[in-house]
Amino acid sequence: MPFIPHTEDDIRDMLAALGAASIEALFDEIPAELRCGALDLPPALKEMEIARLMHARAGRNRPLLCFAGAGAYEHHIPAAVWAVASRGEFYSAYTPYQAEASQGTLQVLYEYQSMMASLTGMDVSNASLYDGATSLAEAVLMAVRTNRKSRSRRILMPKTVHPYYRRVVETIVGSQALELTELPYDIDTGRIDPASLDIHSGTDVAALVIPQVNFFGVLEAVDELTDWACANGALAIALVNPVALALLKPPGEWGKSGADIACGDGQPLGIPLSGGGPYFGFLCCRKAHLHQLPGRLVGRTVDADGRPGFTLTLQAREQHIRRGRATSNICTNQGLMVTAATIYMALLGPEGLRRVALQSHRNTLRLMDGLTAIDGVERVFPGPFFHEAVFRTPRPAREIMDGLAERGILGGYELTREYPELGEAILVCVTETRTQEDIESYARKVASLVIHPGNGS
Amino acid sequence: MLIFDRSRRGRAAHAQFPPETGESPTVPDGLLRKTPPALPEVSELDAVRHYTRLSQQNYAIDTQFYPLGSCTMKYNPKACHDLASLPGFLNVHPLGLGRAGQGTLACLYELQEILGEITGMAGVSLACAAGAQGEFAGVAMIRAYHRSRDDSARTEMLVPDAAHGTNPASASMGGFRVREVATDSDGNVDLAALDEAVGPQTAGIMLTNPSTLGVFDRHIQAIADIVHRAGGLLYYDGANLNAIAGKVRPGDMGFDVIHLNLHKTFSTPHGGGGPGAGPVGVNDKLLPFLPLPVAVKEDSCYRMLTETERPHSIGHLITFAGNVGVLLRAYVYVRMLGYEGLKRVAEFSTLNANYLLKKLIEAGFEPAFPQRRAAHEFIVTLKRLAKEHRVTALDFAKRLLDYGVHAPTVYFPLLIPECFLIEPTETESKETLDAFAGAMAAILKEAETEPDRLKSAPHSLPVRRLDEVRAARHPDLAYPSE
Repeated sequence: MPFIPHTEDDIRDMLAALGAASIEALFDEIPAELRCGALDLPPALKEMEIARLMHARAGRNRPLLCFAGAGAYEHHIPAAVWAVASRGEFYSAYTPYQAEASQGTLQVLYEYQSMMASLTGMDVSNASLYDGATSLAEAVLMAVRTNRKSRSRRILMPKTVHPYYRRVVETIVGSQALELTELPYDIDTGRIDPASLDIHSGTDVAALVIPQVNFFGVLEAVDELTDWACANGALAIALVNPVALALLKPPGEWGKSGADIACGDGQPLGIPLSGGGPYFGFLCCRKAHLHQLPGRLVGRTVDADGRPGFTLTLQAREQHIRRGRATSNICTNQGLMVTAATIYMALLGPEGLRRVALQSHRNTLRLMDGLTAIDGVERVFPGPFFHEAVFRTPRPAREIMDGLAERGILGGYELTREYPELGEAILVCVTETRTQEDIESYARKVASLVIHPGNGS
Repeated sequence: MLIFDRSRRGRAAHAQFPPETGESPTVPDGLLRKTPPALPEVSELDAVRHYTRLSQQNYAIDTQFYPLGSCTMKYNPKACHDLASLPGFLNVHPLGLGRAGQGTLACLYELQEILGEITGMAGVSLACAAGAQGEFAGVAMIRAYHRSRDDSARTEMLVPDAAHGTNPASASMGGFRVREVATDSDGNVDLAALDEAVGPQTAGIMLTNPSTLGVFDRHIQAIADIVHRAGGLLYYDGANLNAIAGKVRPGDMGFDVIHLNLHKTFSTPHGGGGPGAGPVGVNDKLLPFLPLPVAVKEDSCYRMLTETERPHSIGHLITFAGNVGVLLRAYVYVRMLGYEGLKRVAEFSTLNANYLLKKLIEAGFEPAFPQRRAAHEFIVTLKRLAKEHRVTALDFAKRLLDYGVHAPTVYFPLLIPECFLIEPTETESKETLDAFAGAMAAILKEAETEPDRLKSAPHSLPVRRLDEVRAARHPDLAYPSE
């Protein structure tokens, strides 16, 4: 019996202790007419057989050279990260409700909160949420709860925010009478024109979402945007890439007074791409908003002997205490992912993370140089970017992407569906994992697809 | 000691650094970071040793019995982790899932089919990242269903008073008013109270069966009739599916929409608090509203349905396709079980729970529902102890830690005073259950003779009891603390 240790003797003794004739007798409280017959499930496999099957399935996935970003980024993950995070003591523990028996997980979470607070320049971080899009949804809900100056429940959501994030926010906040107002971008620069906010000045806005870097990889004018929010009684929600923050000004220092909330996806910090998840979302804020921060929080305290120790804290915000009036329905965090991210950040440190960010940035610059050298290919937005950029091709974007895939490359993200106004545009990403040869190969293949469309090689 | 205390300026895990090229970013100075983040500077060995040592301060299933009621802390087979971690699965970019992830999609599609069969549902979406998100999706589908019928009066969600806290929280997040329904003395939903509660304002009811009280609600068909007759829908919280997997299907009980906790019944790891996965299933009525993405098979290829194909979907709840790595683990697990193995999960988790309950009764503990069979978990109340010896369930739990056992769930459900919710799961042996009953009996004796041993417990862990009041009054949530 897979994973069941009982011997025939055990079963006999246990049933005798219960005075039951059979295990089946233990189900006698369930009305007989509800019982199902045999289910149509695939036959049980031994470990050797399922291993064979899964190796075949993994082999059916094609290894494409990754030049895609758009919310998930291939970075090198040190072997030590998952060697330690996968230890059974982390992997098979649960939420640290019994603090004294969970100091390992609790201290990791405290260290994680500390690292994220420093990276974002905020006062506090929660112990994580599901992913980037859900962290933005929770940030929006939190802003509406915490902004006492505003009565409108209106959020300014720029079109330069990842379209997948925007659709998740719509699903999650849709039933809560929030108004999401789309903020257009300047088609020449690929970023929010701070002057475009003028029409909202003086109106009641609960929060402004500021993506840095934005979906196009372009850097927003974060200082001006944050100052506008502050001047108009709106909270500034920073949506950030944690690796980029090794180079870029942290949200806590934006504008005159800093952003109020910072959120995003933690996947770049040591989490494998894994087809889309599990990743984790982070959510940080200023101390003033602490009591509206959803999700688990770990605090440092002392034990009965005065020694330092860690425990879950401020649980009165959470669903298991407050039920229908909780700050969110969230129960778990993404504990194991955060454990990996904490080890990743400890291994990379400030200098390692800076070099990862810088190398990714420089590699993307190199690729764009190569691409713009191709006749007819152009960079869409002229301003500074981080490690993603948009280029336009004279051929359909779909054709270029298909051609690249045939040649073993995941070419990026086609923008034609969500941003038709940009023409045949592709969002491409280069991280530190791509070599000079990879970059040249990408540019060469795009060139051949542009110059010789329909040519098989 | 914190990792920050081990930090020394200039020390580093050099092997992990991309080379220094001397280049600088082409970013305007005003957008650059001026002070580096306060991340630790340590060697690779420092980090490995630090986090390995921290891991050793955890209780975990791999090292301890972990009878945490409602959480189904069963063995997480190593094969599930190993096989889901094959590079072929880990290296797929989410945007490449269709083009380059056919192997992953095949597993997801088959998992949808398997979960549909196990629960008796017409369609399944794997998108939800956790049980609470599954609940939210379920509630949103109920809302969408009533809206699609222009029935805007249904603003109230019924939730039994014994429910998990996430149920009412998800219902309010979904825009419903929550109305509690009382429990009768047998631990079932009070039918008279339910009858009184339903009406044209009822959107639905959220139920766990077996309930959080550890008993199967025998009146489930009557509940379904009452709610359905009133025009409401039945929502199944799959937290306790372990008790009935392969025996009874939520769809056959009359549920319209369900969520499952793969990190419970399907043995994916709890990971110190996530990631989980909370797939949702629906009957035909709710099929159009399922959250996206949903995998489909066409000839021998797999792809995800789009918004155009499911225009009435409640939408997306997570950036990409959900917690794929968790779903792959559940897939491996259920393929290793098959139907017979799945049925045995329910049988042996029920056998273990009833046996342990019997042992504890013999040792002098008081069950919350002595007249009922346990499902896969049960409740004992320590209210007599609390009164006679001024020892609380919390003291008792902390003392259990000294015996090398993770404590059961305490003070949940809220209905039962000074309670322990105990769930042994099917993967524990008779010896482990006997040892646990032995530890409980020994602590009971201590409570009578030297209650201070309990009140000051634990005594043998890395820390003694923690000052939670101080943690809440003077929050120290990040290093360096002020």
